[in-house]
Amino acid sequence: MATLELSIQDEATAEPVRRRRKLGVLFWLASAWLAIILALAILAPLLPLQNPVDMDMLERRAAFSSEHWLGTDGLGRDELARLIFGARVSLTVGLIAPMVGLVFGGALGLLAGYFRGRFETLVVGSMDVLLAFPPLIFALAVTAYLGQSIPNLTVILGVLGIPAFMRVARAATLTLARREFVIAAEALGASHARILFRELLPNVILPLLAFFLLGVAVTIVVEGALSFLGLGVPPPMASWGSMIGEGRDSLDVAPRLAFLPAAGLFLTVLAFNLVGDTMRALTDPRQGAL
Amino acid sequence: MPLLTIEDVAVELPTPRGNLRAVDRVDLSLEAGRTLGIVGESGCGKTMLSRAVLQLLPKKAKLTGRVMFDGVDLVRLDSERLRQLRGRDLAVVFQDPMTSLNPVLTIGTQLMETIQEHLELDVAAARARSIELLAAVGIPAPEQRLAQYPHQCSGGMRQRIAIAIALSCEPKLLIADEPTTALDVTIQAQILDLLAREQRRRHMAMIIITHDLGVVAGRADEVAVMYAGRVVERAPTPALFKRMHMPYTEALLAAIPKLETAPHTPLPAISGRPPDPTRPLKGCSFAPRCRYAGARCHEAKPELKAAEMPDHLYACFHPIPVTEEVGA
Amino acid sequence: MMQMAVRDVPLLNVDDLVVEYGLGNKTVHAVSGVSLQVARGETLGLVGESGCGKSTLGRAVLQLRRAKSGRVLFDGEDLTAMEGEALRKMRRRVQLIFQDPIASLNPRRRIGDIVAEPLIIAGVKDAAERKHRVHDVLAAVGLDPDLVSGRLPHEFSGGQCQRICIARSLVLNPEFIVCDEPVSALDVSIRAQILNLLEEMKARFGLTLLFIAHDLAVVKAVSDRVAVMYLGRLCEVGPSEQLFAKPAHPYTGLLLQAIPVPDPDVRPAESVATGEPPSPIAPPSGCRFRTRCPRADQRCSAEIPELREVAPGQFAACHHPLA
Repeated sequence: MATLELSIQDEATAEPVRRRRKLGVLFWLASAWLAIILALAILAPLLPLQNPVDMDMLERRAAFSSEHWLGTDGLGRDELARLIFGARVSLTVGLIAPMVGLVFGGALGLLAGYFRGRFETLVVGSMDVLLAFPPLIFALAVTAYLGQSIPNLTVILGVLGIPAFMRVARAATLTLARREFVIAAEALGASHARILFRELLPNVILPLLAFFLLGVAVTIVVEGALSFLGLGVPPPMASWGSMIGEGRDSLDVAPRLAFLPAAGLFLTVLAFNLVGDTMRALTDPRQGAL
Repeated sequence: MPLLTIEDVAVELPTPRGNLRAVDRVDLSLEAGRTLGIVGESGCGKTMLSRAVLQLLPKKAKLTGRVMFDGVDLVRLDSERLRQLRGRDLAVVFQDPMTSLNPVLTIGTQLMETIQEHLELDVAAARARSIELLAAVGIPAPEQRLAQYPHQCSGGMRQRIAIAIALSCEPKLLIADEPTTALDVTIQAQILDLLAREQRRRHMAMIIITHDLGVVAGRADEVAVMYAGRVVERAPTPALFKRMHMPYTEALLAAIPKLETAPHTPLPAISGRPPDPTRPLKGCSFAPRCRYAGARCHEAKPELKAAEMPDHLYACFHPIPVTEEVGA
Repeated sequence: MMQMAVRDVPLLNVDDLVVEYGLGNKTVHAVSGVSLQVARGETLGLVGESGCGKSTLGRAVLQLRRAKSGRVLFDGEDLTAMEGEALRKMRRRVQLIFQDPIASLNPRRRIGDIVAEPLIIAGVKDAAERKHRVHDVLAAVGLDPDLVSGRLPHEFSGGQCQRICIARSLVLNPEFIVCDEPVSALDVSIRAQILNLLEEMKARFGLTLLFIAHDLAVVKAVSDRVAVMYLGRLCEVGPSEQLFAKPAHPYTGLLLQAIPVPDPDVRPAESVATGEPPSPIAPPSGCRFRTRCPRADQRCSAEIPELREVAPGQFAACHHPLA
């Protein structure tokens, strides 16, 4: 079969499509901002900062100075130190809470979408119950019984995120599980665990990660809102949300006290969204094909 | 004067890998009441060419050349005039009737919308005409169908409905882009018959775009074979099948499994793949896969021109001799 | 019910298989009592229109859809009675190739891993051994192993992806492959390449094939025998040449007539096919083809026709077979 020999050569030497994509300036700016914020937050105790909870009643709402670079707040605490220590709290809650949602919601969604049947009904039903429960009441109830602390706050926000992650994972799994490559694996005699981990998970994880980054942004904002309502971190500890809340009292005399943490929050959330979108576009193999 | 004349049309699409020349200097013409078959494999530019006629190219695409339809150049027509022309004088039937019909509107709404838009009929008249059309395309119980949604119909039924919508305003030209590729072979025969019957009755011109030479063999007056964006052979159907000159046409026909051949006969496959459209070859695009190719084929592009017969054009330096018996 | 052609014990014996599944609150009668045999080394073509249950039958053979009743005997063992580990072991001897080659490759895994996957599942621990076998099988299907192993599926064309799928199905040295419309999604020129490749692989690896397609000419090109299916039942089974030359079932005749012939002198017969297949949710009584059959009468709606031998090796299920 001469034709086949020829085709072997041709097919083998044909250079498959390769893709190149530029990441853009915005992506790098956003990444740089996140890197700086993360570094500051992690290294905060080592930095030559003033104690964020030391009050100086003589220097309330002081302006920018060489001693207090960003001035002081209503109780005379160093604003820069509070911002950086606040970032620690906001980022801890903002990253860990969606991770709880990602792990539990993702796993439940993957299993529900793959096994279907009664298990799926049970998972979807219980998630609907969780969704129907007013989140604020839930947060109030937990903090009332267990007390106000960062771990409690993280768990509350994490649990509230589970239904959404479950839905994203289940929807992705439902469409993927019908694809031929999954049936092919089944036909090869692959175990359920192998199909879940090798065939489905790598495909489901991307929409989940993109959703995770959105979740980070949302959680930071929600933590701010809860702190603003007095349900967040216990004072005198700083978080961006609680700082905005405290700055509200002096909006007319020192608007920067609310504006600075708000700007930090805004830029960080924006950066997470930008990086998230770019990462998703970058790792989608279908987009690269001609 | 022909109804449709495509003059020196080229379509370029910018891609991340460079410019993709989807259609490369194509000339075609079609008289009223005649059928032109455009045959080629996926990626040969046949669909882009039809989009160029309809002026429905992607926004980024660059079109050069002229598309003269009924005395006007469609390329230079403003969008309002074009919109009036499309659907009324120029109609199209796509490959997948599921995606070309709107899933949330009833069949009646979609049919009557087109009719009312272009023919300025009142609701009752449009409804009567819709029923008449559905009956004409062979749909049983047309009145009841009007209230149904596309997903309630089978693939063949949906394609009939798409044809009814295309025919609703008595177009002068119908472009059928792979109208039967998504359908079963028995339904394919019915749809092709339907198209041929309606064409004769309405004296409209038709372009059938397909990858299957078998589809155009008995149904087109003229066939144009496309490869890598260019028309490589064009002739009246009987002449093309009797005395094909272009090795690609021959190879394409030979690669189709035939009912006459005994089982387990190796098929004369065309080796390799079509060239990368973003990396045009200097010579003939088919040369790397052609068994007749010589040194010249890799150096220069053969022009599409006629030899013995004035209406039989081909682009080849080493045409298949006329005496050779080709085909099945 | 049906005797074997001339050969010995069949490798695959499907016995009165019934597959039904729910769709909303309705039941789809996808396969309603199909019996067929495939001898070792043979290619059986299975043709029919979309929705006739041919793909479901193919998947039921591999137990990807469980049968409601009936048996699937592979090399004498009943697959329908198997569960868990025994079934997984058996599946390594039976493989499946799909219609959409691109969708049947995981978009996020490299070609080398995809083709090695069956070996890992089968418990081949030695990485060098796996690499060696992947290399061999990729070369066998006409791809350069060093060039393709590290790449992702989207970098390849449909034809190349189908070669990769064939490589994956061959890497465990199976005995039987179900090809579910393997060339329907491919262009004419690539289609011929893949059909030739399948034939070559069949000879080289000593395979037995169940070749499912809707295109009669494609089926004839590769099959020793052909089975024609309509709405969940078999209409006709017979040796390819004989069945195509002298179809006994009116449906086979209709399918043959509907094929477009690439010859302008052959005028297409006007409207050979009457109507469309009814829904498998509520199939007609008696002979399921009777609603479209020009020869149908009272008896066809009352009595289900059995497969009967109409010529040596050729069986048809029809009360009024074509002469």
